[in-house]
Amino acid sequence: MSFIDLSKNEVQCKIVFYGPGRGGKTTNLLYLHQAMTDSVRGKMVTIDTKGDRTLFFDFLPLALGQIQGLSIKIQLYTVPGQVMYNATRKLVLKGVDGIVFVADSLKVQKEKNVESLENLRQNLAEDNVDINEIPLVLQYNKRDLGGSNIPILSVEEMQEDMNKELQVPWFSGSALKGDGVFETLREISKVTVKYVSRKLLSR
Amino acid sequence: MDLVLSKESIDNIISALDEDVLRAGADCVLLVDRSGNLIVNRGDPANLDVVALAALSAANFGATAEIAKLIGEDDFALLFHKGKNENIHFTKVGKGFILITLFGKDVSLGLIRLNTARVTDTLIPILGGEL
Repeated sequence: MSFIDLSKNEVQCKIVFYGPGRGGKTTNLLYLHQAMTDSVRGKMVTIDTKGDRTLFFDFLPLALGQIQGLSIKIQLYTVPGQVMYNATRKLVLKGVDGIVFVADSLKVQKEKNVESLENLRQNLAEDNVDINEIPLVLQYNKRDLGGSNIPILSVEEMQEDMNKELQVPWFSGSALKGDGVFETLREISKVTVKYVSRKLLSR
Repeated sequence: MDLVLSKESIDNIISALDEDVLRAGADCVLLVDRSGNLIVNRGDPANLDVVALAALSAANFGATAEIAKLIGEDDFALLFHKGKNENIHFTKVGKGFILITLFGKDVSLGLIRLNTARVTDTLIPILGGEL
């Protein structure tokens, strides 16, 4: 749920990074946090749990400047990717305005990507949100592994698996190196702000 | 559902929070929605990351609502965490909002509970009358 404060002329939107476990959602946020200046970023919150897997969520607030006199504040969240944490994912998805789906390019993760996208579709539907309506951007992460001896999926294959019906914007990325991370953020911010303002105008 | 609040509504929320909660001795009071957006914060939040507090509180509320479901409740109407010097009290406001009150050890929990209950009745119609 976006929130518009007319006394401060401020819009707050919630963007969730979704995707299979160990796919690089937290790494995306960490890269953004490291690469941004203090004037843009807020404090990154990671709920401290043992090990490197996200059990609840990570959170990073950003102030993205102004559009037509309205200041845009965006809050980025990640969800735990592991299948068993679906209740937590539903909790974090509550009131979402835009989604980045971080897909894993590793060949062995092919089915996990599709399962996670289907899980997203179901969780949104339970909240009466249509995956075809809500702003969504795909990021094919870990492209930097191309050329190494680890088998990865081709972009065409990933498009065929995940984006054939959705037809949403997509980016190749390497969250670890930062490739495609800003491009993904720029696109999802743009479409989310557009979506929120369109909803506002139709009120 | 999106929430748009006019300057007038925000002013009404602020005066209700100032009058009922801060005057009862609270150090700081925040109104947030259950998806983690900070709507209003009042009082002295020096060195307090209110944006993170809003996000974590919404998550905390959501997590305890799941605990409530396990024991046959829909959710819990209030939560209270006690610290050495500072305490935090969460009250559900309608279906979609949470009032977070921070107060010191010299302030009575009963008074905070009484006043947050009163302010909740004032806030609900301003926030769209969602009960």
